[in-house]
Amino acid sequence: MSTTTHPVQRGFFQRIDREKLVLAIAAPVLAVIVAVLLCSVLLAVAGYSPFQAFHIMTNYGTASDGQVAILNKATTYYLAGIAVAFGFRMNIFNIGAGGQYQLAALFAAYVGGQLNLPSFLEIPLLLIVAMLVGAAWASIAGVLKVTRGVSEVISTIMLNAIAGAVIGMLLVPGIFAPGNGGGVSNTVQTKLMAGSSNFFTFSTQGGQLYGFLIIAVLVGIGFQLVLSRTRFGFDLRATGRSEEAAAASGVSVKRMVLISICVSGALAGLSAMPDLLTYSHYFGQNFGQTVGFTGISIALLGRNTPVGVAFAALLWAFLDATAPLLSVQNFPPEIIQVMQGTIVICVVVAYELVRRFGVKRQQQKVGAQLAAAAAAANEKKEVAA
Amino acid sequence: MGSATVAVELRGITKRFPGVVANHDINLTVRTGTVHALMGENGAGKSTLMKILYGMQRPDEGTIAINGELCEFATPGDAIARGIGMVHQHFMLADNLTVLENVVLGGEKLHGIGAKAKAKIREISDQYGLNVRPDALVEDLGVAERQRVEILKVLYRGARILILDEPTAVLVPQEVDALFGNLRELKAEGVTVIFISHKLHEVLSVADAISVIRRGTTVGDADPSEVTARQLAELMVGSELPSPESRESTVTDVEMLKVESLRIAKADAEGIERVVLDDISMTIHKGEILGLAGVEGNGQAELVEAIVGMLPVDAGVVTLDGKDLTPMLTRARREAGIGYIPEDRHRHGLLLEAPLWENRILGHVTEAPNAKGFRIDPAGAKRDTLRIVEEYDVRTPGIDVTAASLSGGNQQKLIVGREMSHQPKLLIAAHPTRGVDVGAQAQIWEHIRVAQRGGLAVLLISADLDELIGLSDTIKVIYRGRLVADADPATVTAEDLGTAMTGAAGGHIESDETALAQAAVVADEQLGRSDAPGGESTEAVAATEAAEAAEAATATEAAESAEATEAAEAAEATEGTEAAEAADEVDAPAGDAADTTDTAADDAQAGE
Repeated sequence: MSTTTHPVQRGFFQRIDREKLVLAIAAPVLAVIVAVLLCSVLLAVAGYSPFQAFHIMTNYGTASDGQVAILNKATTYYLAGIAVAFGFRMNIFNIGAGGQYQLAALFAAYVGGQLNLPSFLEIPLLLIVAMLVGAAWASIAGVLKVTRGVSEVISTIMLNAIAGAVIGMLLVPGIFAPGNGGGVSNTVQTKLMAGSSNFFTFSTQGGQLYGFLIIAVLVGIGFQLVLSRTRFGFDLRATGRSEEAAAASGVSVKRMVLISICVSGALAGLSAMPDLLTYSHYFGQNFGQTVGFTGISIALLGRNTPVGVAFAALLWAFLDATAPLLSVQNFPPEIIQVMQGTIVICVVVAYELVRRFGVKRQQQKVGAQLAAAAAAANEKKEVAA
Repeated sequence: MGSATVAVELRGITKRFPGVVANHDINLTVRTGTVHALMGENGAGKSTLMKILYGMQRPDEGTIAINGELCEFATPGDAIARGIGMVHQHFMLADNLTVLENVVLGGEKLHGIGAKAKAKIREISDQYGLNVRPDALVEDLGVAERQRVEILKVLYRGARILILDEPTAVLVPQEVDALFGNLRELKAEGVTVIFISHKLHEVLSVADAISVIRRGTTVGDADPSEVTARQLAELMVGSELPSPESRESTVTDVEMLKVESLRIAKADAEGIERVVLDDISMTIHKGEILGLAGVEGNGQAELVEAIVGMLPVDAGVVTLDGKDLTPMLTRARREAGIGYIPEDRHRHGLLLEAPLWENRILGHVTEAPNAKGFRIDPAGAKRDTLRIVEEYDVRTPGIDVTAASLSGGNQQKLIVGREMSHQPKLLIAAHPTRGVDVGAQAQIWEHIRVAQRGGLAVLLISADLDELIGLSDTIKVIYRGRLVADADPATVTAEDLGTAMTGAAGGHIESDETALAQAAVVADEQLGRSDAPGGESTEAVAATEAAEAAEAATATEAAESAEATEAAEAAEATEGTEAAEAADEVDAPAGDAADTTDTAADDAQAGE
């Protein structure tokens, strides 16, 4: 009977796949539309013209300098989003990407200030330092989770605060900051890093485009390959879908938890590098304080897939980059945060709705399909008889 | 008996879930002021039906009438408004609140939350003899008392029709008796009770009317004063029993799995050490199916998890084919040749939202055809999934649909196919046919048998004693974490096995041959080899005597468990032997005579 159903089967799957795609895109698009509408209403109520605001934003987005700035910002956001998404794939909520990011940046900046190796050694070394520091900091939460059952949500968020304190302790003259207070401003910061640590940039019409973009793309490709093509990735996804089924199948869940928290931390550490190696070249107190939370929003919006996260990172970067422009034009820049918040809320709700709808719909389709096949088989029998 | 008015009338209820019909054309009439038992095996559709009556599910077809009025329930709230209340199997009480607080929670508008409410609780408690103390903290209450609180909670909300979902599952025998006392009081006050159970003797002792559900549809109503336990069992199980005769032994003397002095002790919430498994030792040979009988929760699940390596053991050694598994992790153990059909396929056996081919990889991610080195091989896995779908008759439109969209039977066939595809040395099959439709059940049994002939060792755990007896080469009984008895499936009946499962019998249990002969007859009949009842015959008379002898033997066993075997042997020595032989003869050619024998045996039981 299964041989007779083969031709039907193909058509059926093409339909299902197209539907899946539509469903996957529908949720974030709907969320963005709802957010735009809400913000328009809000602006209108407050006495601003929403059209003008969106006009300013789109203008910026289409200008080449705007695009470069957005891409540069998006590089950092993308890495942070991937870091969080990696954890999400197995239900680990790494809220601590912010702390991991900052500590990684501090140590990388310090090492970069102390060593002056040729670029081809210096840069990989700094990347490794950043990733190791991020992983080590995240591993605290991992160890607490597997040995004491502490929820990583709580521990990573606490570790963010602790990271701030640790940085305050280390970033003082004589330890990580040079004795005289360091750089050009009167804030405490690390020594300027060696010139060999400069990451290359592309010169474009709109300005300097981060070469780190390439690394981000590679990380995205690696993420996808590891998850979908390796045993480790399969174990990770299995654990994310059902911890108990994974354990029964032979996955050591504790080991997976520890590894994935560390990988997430390492990626969070890496996300500090684009800005550090191409833009600031030193670590100061205001270095990237909100990247961790941005990463969570982006991972949620991008549905934890490399391509989705890329779009989400671009959208976020676009919104963040346009905020200062709006305030220049006397619009309240807070409208951007409202929009971002609305998008996240809408997207979470929309995904869950779409997911349930999808599962149900497929069950019904399969049921209908099988019933039809059975009915057809019966009919044939009757005809034969 | 209650009055003639009808409290609940369900007509033509049909409920379809994707790929499976949970309820099909169910008719149920419950009269006011009666205890009405709803019987059926696990997965027969009892719970779905009650969820429909309680407004948790909507029927696709059919009507519900309460006290003669047609109703439609969108939520449990609607059902409650109509005076229907449900006591779930798992209690829904807040431990850190008092009984009073738990009862008024959500029903604050009825009698407030203070003295008036307390008085009302006392009044209900006295009226129905529930003996509930409103000021006690729920966490201080025992299971039986919590259950009474649940009942009171429902009555407090004005329920006149009570649904009790397997209320005795959590109770010890004395508590069951007390509960039945409460049910009789409720009945006397005009409350209607719908009592879900699959325990025959309980239903017979408390119910005024019985409806049996099998495979999602009502297969019959019975009057407890006229029906015997066996007839009820037949109604419930239908023709699904495996044929016990196809048992040419494939057991070899090569030891495959050896478990030695396994012990697991866990500390419970109060910090008291509870021994889960105690000194478990057993050996399964190549080509042997070892059946493990036991009431659920006596350590079966833990034993399986200990063998698979999911649960750390405190002492003991597990050896597979001469290899010490004890220090190994789950994955290494499974690679060493353990196939595992888990008890709860949704929790342990499948990734419900993953496509079938990914589910085919689950548990065997390191093995061909799923992996090449550290990479997985989706193409190989997909090819092999197609093969499994074909060979194991998994009904699916394709291998890219999620596991959740298949029916239970097809999910299980996929799991069986997956576990059989890696040449396991040992198969752990926990309730392999639970919630599976008849066709799939037979197919799964056949696959296990075929693999057994090929030298597979099987640890079979099942709540279905007929399945255990039909498939196993050896049976062991687990009770409170210890192996308390063993039996040869050829010489034991489900009844005697059941006795051992309650801890009332130990050692080597052997049923007298008369009872065995009867069981064989029942099995034959259920295989559909006889249908037309015939007249009286000499064999029938012999069987009547046999039945009496069997009853006597069972009674003795119950009274003096230690001497059970002796008693059985004594009974065997008397006229029972002859009767058994006669019955055996009947059994072989089958036909009308077999049916007569059985009918006679039932009559004999009914007479007593």
